[in-house]
Amino acid sequence: MSAGQLPRWVDFGLIPAFNLAAAFLVSGLVVLLIGENPIEAVKILIWGSLGYGEGIGFTLFNATNFIFTGLAVAVAFHAGLFNIGGEGQAYVGGLGVALACLALDRYVPWWVTLPFAVLGGALFGAAWAFIPAWLQAKRGSHVVITTIMFNFIGAALMGYLLVDVLVKPGSMQPETRTFEEGGRLPLLNALLPGDFFGTSQVNLALIIALIACVFVWALIWRTRLGYEIRTFGANPAAAVYAGISPVRITIITMMISGGLAGLMAINEIMGAQNRLLLEFVSGYGFVGIAVALMGRAHPIGIVLSAILFGMLYQGGAELSFEMPAITRDMIVVIQGLVILFAGALEYMFRPALVQIFSFARTPATQAV
Amino acid sequence: MTGTPAIELRKINKRFGPVHANKDIDLVVGKGSIHGIIGENGAGKSTLMSILYGFYQADNGDILVDGKKVSIPDSKTAIALGIGMVHQHFMLVDTFTVLENVILGAEGAALLGGGVSKARKELSRLENDYGLKVDPDALIQDLPVGLQQRVEILKALYRGADILILDEPTGVLTPAEADHLFRILEVLRDQGKTVLLITHKLREIMAITDTVSVMRRGEMVATRKTSETSMPELAELMVGRSVLLQVEKKPAKPGKTVMKVDGLDVIDSRGVKVVKDVSFEVRAGEIVGIAGVSGNGQSELLETLAGIRKASKGTLWIDGDQSNLGETRIDPAEMRDKGLGHVPEDRHRMGLITKFAEYENSILGYHKDPKYAKGPFLDIPAIKANANAEIEKYDIRPPNCQLKTANFSGGNQQKVVLAREIERDPTVLLVGQPTRGVDIGAIEFIHKRLVELRDAGKGVLLVSVELDEIRSLADRVLVMFDGKIVGERGAQADEGELGLLMAGVEGDAR
Amino acid sequence: MFDILTLDSMVRVSAPLILACLAGLYSERSGVVDIGLEGKMLGAAFGAGAIAYLTANAWLGLLAGIAVAVVLALIHGFASITNRGNQIVSGVAINFLALGLTALLGQTWFRQGGRTPPLPEGGRFGSIELPFATEFANVPIVGQIYSELISGHNILVYIAFAMVPLTWWILFRTRFGLRLRAVGENPAAVDTAGISVTWLRYRAVIACGILCGVAGSYLSIAQSSGFIRDMAAGRGYIALAALIFAKWKPGNAMWACLLFGLLDAWAFRLQGQEIPGIGQVPVQFFQALPYILTVILLAGFIGKAIPPKASGEPYLKERT
Repeated sequence: MSAGQLPRWVDFGLIPAFNLAAAFLVSGLVVLLIGENPIEAVKILIWGSLGYGEGIGFTLFNATNFIFTGLAVAVAFHAGLFNIGGEGQAYVGGLGVALACLALDRYVPWWVTLPFAVLGGALFGAAWAFIPAWLQAKRGSHVVITTIMFNFIGAALMGYLLVDVLVKPGSMQPETRTFEEGGRLPLLNALLPGDFFGTSQVNLALIIALIACVFVWALIWRTRLGYEIRTFGANPAAAVYAGISPVRITIITMMISGGLAGLMAINEIMGAQNRLLLEFVSGYGFVGIAVALMGRAHPIGIVLSAILFGMLYQGGAELSFEMPAITRDMIVVIQGLVILFAGALEYMFRPALVQIFSFARTPATQAV
Repeated sequence: MTGTPAIELRKINKRFGPVHANKDIDLVVGKGSIHGIIGENGAGKSTLMSILYGFYQADNGDILVDGKKVSIPDSKTAIALGIGMVHQHFMLVDTFTVLENVILGAEGAALLGGGVSKARKELSRLENDYGLKVDPDALIQDLPVGLQQRVEILKALYRGADILILDEPTGVLTPAEADHLFRILEVLRDQGKTVLLITHKLREIMAITDTVSVMRRGEMVATRKTSETSMPELAELMVGRSVLLQVEKKPAKPGKTVMKVDGLDVIDSRGVKVVKDVSFEVRAGEIVGIAGVSGNGQSELLETLAGIRKASKGTLWIDGDQSNLGETRIDPAEMRDKGLGHVPEDRHRMGLITKFAEYENSILGYHKDPKYAKGPFLDIPAIKANANAEIEKYDIRPPNCQLKTANFSGGNQQKVVLAREIERDPTVLLVGQPTRGVDIGAIEFIHKRLVELRDAGKGVLLVSVELDEIRSLADRVLVMFDGKIVGERGAQADEGELGLLMAGVEGDAR
Repeated sequence: MFDILTLDSMVRVSAPLILACLAGLYSERSGVVDIGLEGKMLGAAFGAGAIAYLTANAWLGLLAGIAVAVVLALIHGFASITNRGNQIVSGVAINFLALGLTALLGQTWFRQGGRTPPLPEGGRFGSIELPFATEFANVPIVGQIYSELISGHNILVYIAFAMVPLTWWILFRTRFGLRLRAVGENPAAVDTAGISVTWLRYRAVIACGILCGVAGSYLSIAQSSGFIRDMAAGRGYIALAALIFAKWKPGNAMWACLLFGLLDAWAFRLQGQEIPGIGQVPVQFFQALPYILTVILLAGFIGKAIPPKASGEPYLKERT
């Protein structure tokens, strides 16, 4: 792409760090603008998210959602596809999870329900990604636009189902009945000795998210399919040369991506809300883009940036409590800034760094 | 040549990273003449013209227009200096009308009304003066390429160009359209315009130019009056008396036919027929070379045989196994299963994924081979072991299979591709431009490997624009021109004769 | 289903869609994809609401709305034109920024949960009676249409509809329009004609900001009296869908927005009602219909929506 190469640690470490620093610097200015002390705010934020067990619990709970949606975006990235339909895929995935829980929760323990719920969430999420993928592969309509459209179509569909079909009889609230014990994932607090995580909702889904990370890592870097996905993403012409079908890879990758997004509902629906309700995704799907960008589409990076965003969510809640002037909307602002600096302005610092580093060494590169 | 030259270039240099595209170029173009610049693809002709048109800036050197030293920081300045350019890839907006394209950037006023009617008048004047007839209200996308090119010329003239640069103008034209273009250029010259014609086709140079300059590997190697030179001399200057070492090889012992192509037609994405009724065979134990100036259908032929492009008609036999290429595209993976190996012409675009490690590149196209898999997983130790064996055998440097291939030199990158394709023991190997951008040492190595493959009883189909390469490697030479095979010669073919065939001057088929 | 009241509400719903859709048209015709229409509208709605409240002047409010949207548009331009960043990512960032900042600053400045206080007299664009509206009211059909459907809207509605022919005129009858259309199709052609691609695209993005500014202002100081959180409520995305549905043409854009506005009006009017022969249609169906139609169009099942050829691709002159 651009001329000049940088050492790996600069590309994967220094540049994201600079981008993040820029985002936080501007965030600090916003805090100043509304008349609060940014240093103080950062202290509260960090303490609120990492300072005590319950805070850590909530941070990890949020991070779980981000891991799923971040992995979803990352898998598509590796194939050169931009899935911004994580929001809708997670929402529809929630339907799959809820149907499994509603069907089984009265008859079997949670660990019997879980595989069905995982399957349901992944299948429904994958199905919601399938149509845009198929349309891109076969009809040439761009996946970016169709996945946006499918976010809204999904929202309408779920709204209809919750208001008119799945609603608990006799209730005005557009939500399903609350799952019984057999449809609830155990909280980590209940599984671990002591009362470390307090009332926080962090649950077994965190473990599933970490398993998903390993799964994605193995898929992308250790399987033949992953090899095909990366080849197609890095050089579509070479993929055709190698006999890799663009149609097949587009559809399969998008379905894996949608499936991962759908799994977010395991944490939110089966792990925390214990019922299907309106708008439970509330932006996690979109923020997955930022998580994947910052995590450089690698599971380890994604876990780290998911924790960072989880901290922002939890610390931000704490912050709005301690400093009422800084509402939770501040978190949305910070997210926007992170997406802007780490994503859209990704290359802003690069030319300068290339200059600095090209003094240090003569690259043995071959130009095209 | 008398009077002030229209253009004079002095010691122009331009680098793109490590590529020295123009080295100390000197050039004098006389006013009111047609001056040809000829050279192989990648000789630096287009770069030089882009510098003259302000699209790129030279790293150093002087440009004189009408005897005055000028600096051309952008195309706007070039236009103001009376320089117009017809690019190889037309700079037209397909969804616009001819008129809209002509006035773009020279609209006259903020509102189009006045400019449009003025342009309409001016177009009909140009039509009368130069015989350049185009319907001003036709959409570009509906026009044949010949007319699109005419619009490009009109654009330049509308802007008052006195110096017209045409970059490979006949590449997309039919012979009849090309002849028409030449007549237009003659009219332009006779009206006092200066024409700079960039081409790699000898026939055009001889047919139309007054003066010709030859470029080779970024350098200007000669300038001749066209009337005082000949095609063989120019061909020699273009290709250069090669420093290539003659490959030692025994006479071929061709065996049974391992690949046969019959009646192959290929139509490209623009709807142009680029391969026309091509038939030939390759036998075991021989190297068949396809010579030709680039852009005459060789690339498309190779890609079609490899399964990357779809043919519109034709039959292919590999080792007796017949497939009808006109019906369905045989996937590259299936072609490999049939025993075909393919070293593609452009290793960066197709043969390698430069951001992948060497060992990952060593299985591109063969990643489904059970040797490299454990169930759905890649058997990375096996892949690396194989990659290391290839590195050793092909002397690939640096000998580190973990390194990204972007960090390898051109020669070593090519060895990675070659090793991958040869070590799979193909029945037939398709090889495109095996030594393009490769250093001398590696060239010798690659040539040796290809001959060894031949001696091991395999068939090799070699496509190269380097005539010396074809002559030193091939046992039989097929010459392609304008999508057709226009002649076949033996191993010791005469260079001048091949050159004439390549230029389309004479052909067995005609 | 086509009574005056429904049509009237269609007009009201369509007006901001038309403005935002035309805004997107300028940007995308120049080759800059903009999924940040939503954020720019929201930012503008807040700016307009805040300033109209403080100054009690709707026109100053409108100016403020435009200013906010233009600033956001310039950020998008900086990221996607100057830095050649990913335009989709930049659009997503703009949407997040606007959503967060409007609510945060709204709370800081007005302390009403992120909304602005109700606008004072003069802070809002009122409806305009066209001449003879009352006199014609009793003439059947034509008079009714004139007095009830055409008359009685606020100035921004008329601006929105006036922008349709104006945009067409700018696009197809001015130098700027010619170059704008060219740069979205083939930036290299513009560059070789001696025109700056960067500056041209920046102007397109600014035009997009101005129109988004009017669209957003409409929401907070014409349609309602004051800003509330997330008041764009997906209209930016509907406008984007309409733009695709309109195949990036100004006249079509108006019809697409009117169609989507009509669907919205129906969704509201038909809630809980039986449609003869069909039965009850869920309101969500109407909400989803614009997107479904757009997807079907994109897939090439009804006509073919071909975006400007260079859209979404940063222009890079030097070869790599």
